[in-house]
Amino acid sequence: MSIKAENLIWKIGTKTVIDGVSFEAEPGKLLGVLGPNGSGKTSLLRLLARLKRPHAGRVVLGGQDLATFRRRAIAKRVAFIEQHATTNANLKVIDVVKLGRFPHRSMLSGWTREDDTAVNEALARTGMSVKRDDAWHSLSGGEKQRTHVARALAQSPQELILDEPTNHLDVQHQINLLRLVSSLPMTSIMALHDLNHAAMYCDRLLVMQEGRIVATGTPEEVLTQRLLRDVFLVDAHVETSPHHARPHIQFAR
Amino acid sequence: MSVTMSMPQAAERLPRLVGRSGLLLASLLIIGLVVGISVGIGDMPIPLSTTYAVITNKLGWTSFELNRIHATIIWDYRLSRALFAALCGAGLALAGAIMQSILRNPLAEPYVLGISAGASTGAVLIVILGLGAGAVSLSSGAFIGAFAAFLFVALLSNGARGGADRTILAGVAASQLFNAVTSYIVTTAGNAQQARDVMFWLLGSFGGVRWPEFYLALAVVGLGLVACLCYARVLDAFAFGDEAAASLGVNVAQTRIILFALTAVITATIVSMVGTIGFVGLVVPHAARFVVGPRHAVLLPACAIVGAIFMVLADIASRVLIPQQSLPIGVVTALVGVPFFSVILYRLQRAS
Repeated sequence: MSIKAENLIWKIGTKTVIDGVSFEAEPGKLLGVLGPNGSGKTSLLRLLARLKRPHAGRVVLGGQDLATFRRRAIAKRVAFIEQHATTNANLKVIDVVKLGRFPHRSMLSGWTREDDTAVNEALARTGMSVKRDDAWHSLSGGEKQRTHVARALAQSPQELILDEPTNHLDVQHQINLLRLVSSLPMTSIMALHDLNHAAMYCDRLLVMQEGRIVATGTPEEVLTQRLLRDVFLVDAHVETSPHHARPHIQFAR
Repeated sequence: MSVTMSMPQAAERLPRLVGRSGLLLASLLIIGLVVGISVGIGDMPIPLSTTYAVITNKLGWTSFELNRIHATIIWDYRLSRALFAALCGAGLALAGAIMQSILRNPLAEPYVLGISAGASTGAVLIVILGLGAGAVSLSSGAFIGAFAAFLFVALLSNGARGGADRTILAGVAASQLFNAVTSYIVTTAGNAQQARDVMFWLLGSFGGVRWPEFYLALAVVGLGLVACLCYARVLDAFAFGDEAAASLGVNVAQTRIILFALTAVITATIVSMVGTIGFVGLVVPHAARFVVGPRHAVLLPACAIVGAIFMVLADIASRVLIPQQSLPIGVVTALVGVPFFSVILYRLQRAS
């Protein structure tokens, strides 16, 4: 049992941003959330992480209503990575990753071996071990994002939620980050803009339009010429890539 | 420290712990020294040795033969003032560090919440309009005013469901409003002497401080420091903003209210006794962060120590800069603080 949304509704003022969304994430798989700007991707992810409360409907985490969890209990289980969170504090990589242990520590408890293991594994997994003592400000955009992933992994989550983590990264770092995320064993839900990247790295896709889900399924099922035209308003050809056997989208000029 | 901590970690920790305790001890010694120097300075100069002899006598540790006038001046007037100055600096610096972290704004300081403006309004209501008919002292009036401003800002920014920027804007609005009310009262109802009194009080003076004020400040700043230290890790979690803190399991709204209320109590207490002393809450946290780094478990005590030393030195400067006259302490903190701050800014720029 992983994370599930049941008929979520969320509004800003009178505007309905999320309009009756229901879905269930498959345990251990990477679910890509697609949709044009303003379709409600970020809002949906925030509802899943309980950074916002739904006006109606509920999020179910491991069979239990998310509203019954305490903040800290959610943080022990669900890690959230924002689009590009930054800080003006003069932190080192290791300090940032250690923040991930926050929900697991009580006010007076010391740093335990378990904390240490989680942090070291997170650094190793994201390839940031060699940079552990580097200053946050000295990192490239890709390294900053990997550090955020390491911080999230240090939370030892069962669910990982990422909001367009590849934004503002160059191609090399985008691919590196997507490879990393798709290799992770936990249930992940990731909002993405690049449809080809979504096709290559996500196990399943969910497409949003004006606050509703308009398609779900495998990349092959979802990414059709018709959907691209109806939802994304672009003409494109979808072929099966001879290199990775996933759908490949070529946009018409 | 947890029992589950492994041996190698404990071995690593020991020297660090010893180092930190040594630093703490050294800092306390420096505070003791500057307080001693501060006590010796004045219309009647008193040597450092006499100062310490008086203190140990009073504590019942020694019984030197001493000039009784010296003893009275030191114990009843100057010592309480110097120690209060230390507490005041510690409290304002602590409040500044909390505000900067929680609002994620390097320019935030205790007065951002409109506290000083509120205090001044409270003070003029008592002094000029005679509100409370003598039953309420200027200090209580200032405290009430300061807290009223804080509540105003809290309501305005939370009513707007605001983040950090909204709080700062609400604080600016509150400052403008309360300053306008103060000016209005002073210009329409006050005479020249009253206006001058209020003005002088606003710029800050340790002149009226005695032991009762010291004990009150000791309780407020001491408890405030302990409470803030309990929140050290939570403050660390705010590094990447409210949303990141929330996703790490921090109850952001509740933490904000508690820490704002703490800073408001500390600041209002200090302002109500000695007027507004600017710049300490802004400069000291930056200086301390530059030296000890951003981790709050270390940063907050460092701010308290540096703030204490800075304020005692500023108090000394306020009395020796111009012979036969003492400057308002707020003037000194700004005059000394700005060049110092410029150096930090310059070095920060080069470091980055």
